[in-house]
Amino acid sequence: MPEVAIQFQGVSKRLGRKEVLRGVDLDVARGESLAIIGRSGTGKSVLLKHVVGLMRPDQGTVRVNGVDVASLEETELLSLREEMGMLFQGGALFDSMTVGENVGLALHEHTPLPEKQIEIVVAEKLALVGLSGSEGLRPSSLSGGMKKRAALARALALNPKIMLYDEPTTGLDPITSDVINRLIRRLQDRLKITSIAVTHDMRSAYHIADRIAMLHEGRIHAMGTPEEIQATRDPIVRQFIEGSSEGPLLPT
Amino acid sequence: MNETATETDALWPRRVLLSWLQDVGEIFILLGDVVREIPAGARKVNLLVAQMSHIGIGSMPLTVIVALFTGAVAAVQASYQFRDYVPMIYLGTVIGKSVVIELGPVLTALVVGGRVGASIAAELGTMRVTEQIDAMETMGISPVRFLVVPRVLAALIMLPVLTIFADVVAILGGYLVSTLTLDVTSHTFVSGLKLYFKSQDVFSGLIKAFSFGGIIAMMGCYYGLRSEGGAEGVGLATTRAVVASCLMILIVDYLLASFLFRVLFA
Repeated sequence: MPEVAIQFQGVSKRLGRKEVLRGVDLDVARGESLAIIGRSGTGKSVLLKHVVGLMRPDQGTVRVNGVDVASLEETELLSLREEMGMLFQGGALFDSMTVGENVGLALHEHTPLPEKQIEIVVAEKLALVGLSGSEGLRPSSLSGGMKKRAALARALALNPKIMLYDEPTTGLDPITSDVINRLIRRLQDRLKITSIAVTHDMRSAYHIADRIAMLHEGRIHAMGTPEEIQATRDPIVRQFIEGSSEGPLLPT
Repeated sequence: MNETATETDALWPRRVLLSWLQDVGEIFILLGDVVREIPAGARKVNLLVAQMSHIGIGSMPLTVIVALFTGAVAAVQASYQFRDYVPMIYLGTVIGKSVVIELGPVLTALVVGGRVGASIAAELGTMRVTEQIDAMETMGISPVRFLVVPRVLAALIMLPVLTIFADVVAILGGYLVSTLTLDVTSHTFVSGLKLYFKSQDVFSGLIKAFSFGGIIAMMGCYYGLRSEGGAEGVGLATTRAVVASCLMILIVDYLLASFLFRVLFA
């Protein structure tokens, strides 16, 4: 049995009056790429934030490399996070810094590398995402796709062992989405990173995932390989992947 | 009015009190985090210098204008109240004392609180709602160390500096109005200024300014970091930061005045 890198056990979370997660059980194997699909507002991003300890479960546990994230002290949590990278929905680039400074920030903070060496690593990471030479640009001057790629380069700066992608293709045109999907898949194949991608873009999920899990009503409703999900007869999953307004899922 | 509405109305003061107590508790927790992170945060010299420039040099024109008119108004109103009762030699004394002890630090803090407190809350609030703060935490970087400590230290350093400038300019404003429009000679004004001058007055004013600097930065950072929603949430955080700064400045002014002049220098 493959080693488990990320494990959710009975995770429940209430935000205000809404019970977003209602006992999520989910294992992600080391080196695996998992896509979590589901409708907007079903708690997919909330699930990701539990992995990095930005949120703590009301009930249940989230373990990363066997360690209960909620039990960690602030300093232990900060060091665990150094092993993870997260791509946020809007990129979340620091707009007071240039692209190069964004990518180099974690290197300045967590490594003893000299400035020259950091510049080399930043250039390498930007080249990896196809943004060579953009070190001096401000995030405000980048297009949506470039912001996502720059944010991806920043997330990869410390060579994370775990990558979390929050809606990596939302708001992008189909061609840019394909560029991002290929990039994520290429990183996956090349670096063998454990990854979780939250998305409602089925094209993206089929492209980047080894397994797909559907989150519905606060629980994992279905799980399978992209082929299994495509062939499923479950009416909820079928309606979602076909993007149909007719079926058990009602418009919100 | 139905029963539920009456119940809600009855619970309103309790809810406000609880929310206020929660804010106070969280501000003290943030303060504890800031104190713990100061040794590491203070090493980020470039961030500290940038904030000192923003808070100090950026606030200088406004501070100077406010101080100039404060001194001028103090001269006009004091001379009006002194007329026929108090010798004009005391004009310089009263302007000097009131500016150095009270008007300089408090008015500078209120002006800077509006300008800097709002800007800190809006900047950190925008970073919060656009997930930049989450991104920073995910990168293993403490937002308190990286964002809050440089702002708090810069405000603690720059408020006393701004207050010294404000004191000098306000006394100059009082001097100009007194000598040019109130028939007070330069010698009379300066003699009065020196008459009961005590260095502990300046020290008290600077202690106040130092405390107000901490309040302004802490309120801006606290309300900025806990903003939620979108533009509306950032706007609300900004308003709350400025209102809380102003209230806290006045309350702490009273407490410090009581301690300094009734206990320390009594």
